[in-house]
Amino acid sequence: MFTLPDLSLLRQRALNANQNDVLTAMGRGAGDIEALATLLSPAAELLLPQLAGRAGEITAQRFGKTTQIYAPLYLSNFCNNRCAYCGFAANNKIHRRKLTVEEAVSEALLLQQRGFQHILLVTGEAPAKAGVDYLEEVALALRDHFAAVSIEVQPLEQHEYNRLFKAGITAVAVYQETYDKEVYDKVHLAGKKCDYQYRIETPARAAAAGMREVGIGTLLGLADWRSEGLALGLHLAWLRKNFWRTSFTVSFPRLRPAAGAFEPFSTVVEKNLSQLIFALRIFDPDVGLVLSTREEARFRDGMLGLGPTRYSAGSVTSPGGYSHEDHEGEQFSIGDQRSITEVCAAIASRGFDPVCKDWDVEFQH
Amino acid sequence: MLTIASTTFKSRLFVGTGKFSSAAEMKQAIEASESQMVTVALRRVDLENPEDDIMTALDRDKICFLPNTSGARDAEEAIRLAHLARAAGNTPWLKLEVTPDPRTLLPDPVDTLKATEQLVKEGFIVLPYMNVDPVLALRLQDVGAAAVMPLGSPIGTNMGISNKLQLEIIIEQARVPVVVDAGLGAPSHATEAMEMGADAVLVNTAIAVAGDPIRMAKAFRDAVHAGREAFEAGLGRQSTSASASSPETNISTPNLDFISN
Repeated sequence: MFTLPDLSLLRQRALNANQNDVLTAMGRGAGDIEALATLLSPAAELLLPQLAGRAGEITAQRFGKTTQIYAPLYLSNFCNNRCAYCGFAANNKIHRRKLTVEEAVSEALLLQQRGFQHILLVTGEAPAKAGVDYLEEVALALRDHFAAVSIEVQPLEQHEYNRLFKAGITAVAVYQETYDKEVYDKVHLAGKKCDYQYRIETPARAAAAGMREVGIGTLLGLADWRSEGLALGLHLAWLRKNFWRTSFTVSFPRLRPAAGAFEPFSTVVEKNLSQLIFALRIFDPDVGLVLSTREEARFRDGMLGLGPTRYSAGSVTSPGGYSHEDHEGEQFSIGDQRSITEVCAAIASRGFDPVCKDWDVEFQH
Repeated sequence: MLTIASTTFKSRLFVGTGKFSSAAEMKQAIEASESQMVTVALRRVDLENPEDDIMTALDRDKICFLPNTSGARDAEEAIRLAHLARAAGNTPWLKLEVTPDPRTLLPDPVDTLKATEQLVKEGFIVLPYMNVDPVLALRLQDVGAAAVMPLGSPIGTNMGISNKLQLEIIIEQARVPVVVDAGLGAPSHATEAMEMGADAVLVNTAIAVAGDPIRMAKAFRDAVHAGREAFEAGLGRQSTSASASSPETNISTPNLDFISN
């Protein structure tokens, strides 16, 4: 069972690091948690171009000049939780909606027509509205239309993940939001999500159920981002050690404006986000790093090849939003408004291949 | 401290008992090595005989007796020998060796995995001898191996660590101790394995056939200690190009002007 160790010693070490330590840590790299702490340090911030160079070399070596493309498909915004930062929070007065299986298929077919082959099904956390039976039904209806279908829904039990795997779900994303227990308790005001430990154990349940890929992440803006980076590294290393058959990805969503007008506790600027991405790339050359449409086009384009390996495109974060112009009931407003065609063109113009298909339904039939 | 199956060991040097010129010399060499884990080929000892020269030379209060299935050609034979070891040798510890090719004595991956799975179910503490195959190491851990024992080089070759890249992967991914076994012909080989982060090494031939086995046992003791110390102290990264002792970087530095703050 994963439990987060005390990070204070590592944090202290990082705060005292100098530029020589950073250059050494860049060389030590993979799997070295002390090196990760140093790469996340204020001293490393002054060597950001060097970090970018090293992260870029590693990314090119492992992933080549490619990046994967996917789109989220919001199925439901019903939610039992009250998370202070989220537009779907149960106490927010927004238009609530759950797509029927037929509606989900027609939304999905729109994405397919636009060129997407990898989609991420997203729901709020309301098992009575969008439980495993519903998700299974949607998965079975979509599996023959897409190369890969993944989920970002409420934490499930291992046998439930296994059911969904058999129904064609390839990957699970479940973010801890923050590894800082105090902050976690402060922002998760009601609902099952209040259980920190159950959530932190969820990626392991998904991996144990046979999922090909599991995504972890933190919501930047809640706690100290350097500590979150360290915790992510430790969680990732633990998962790798215990689930060697599973691939892993990490996401770093920064808080975006959402219903409820939550003010972030800490400011994480692009420079910080970049450092976090470079440091994790050097720490784990194989991990998939996701940069979603929460970030602006300028930043996403600039980061190509320097660490991230997966981009969403043309995203709408409200259920039914692809069929309707009206985006009422969205989870957050996005930063990169471009269509998949525009995103792919921008990627290609920088000499990278936007990869829309990198899996096949036959693996799981 | 090294821990295998909840037993702790101060020494990270395991030694074998074959090829010594006498039981007396073997006893002295083991003492000089300060090893606490000594492997004995079941085919060499008579466990029913309280006067057996090898068994009487081992102080079982101070060392862990690790019987091995040397000579077994398949899982079935190895399992039979394991039962004998537990019944007569009064220990659940087992170094599993399945070596169908009498010439190279290289381990059979398929039957090693099969026998490990079965013997773990029967309550043995299984330390399988294996080739330097990272996926096999993981599969063996998945079925409950208490440690894995990848070879440095084919047994008796004295060639040291001949597949460093894959051994590094095994060490990096391991959830149980990694004991490098076979082919370590010189103390420097043992040091190298320990510097890489191996948890222990097993040495037999290099000690037993040395001009002075007792002095060689001490040399290996010190070599293992030095390698472990270096590993724990944190070694600098090796580089194919020269660099000044004050680090400078020749890494490319992409333009990051796109980052806004």
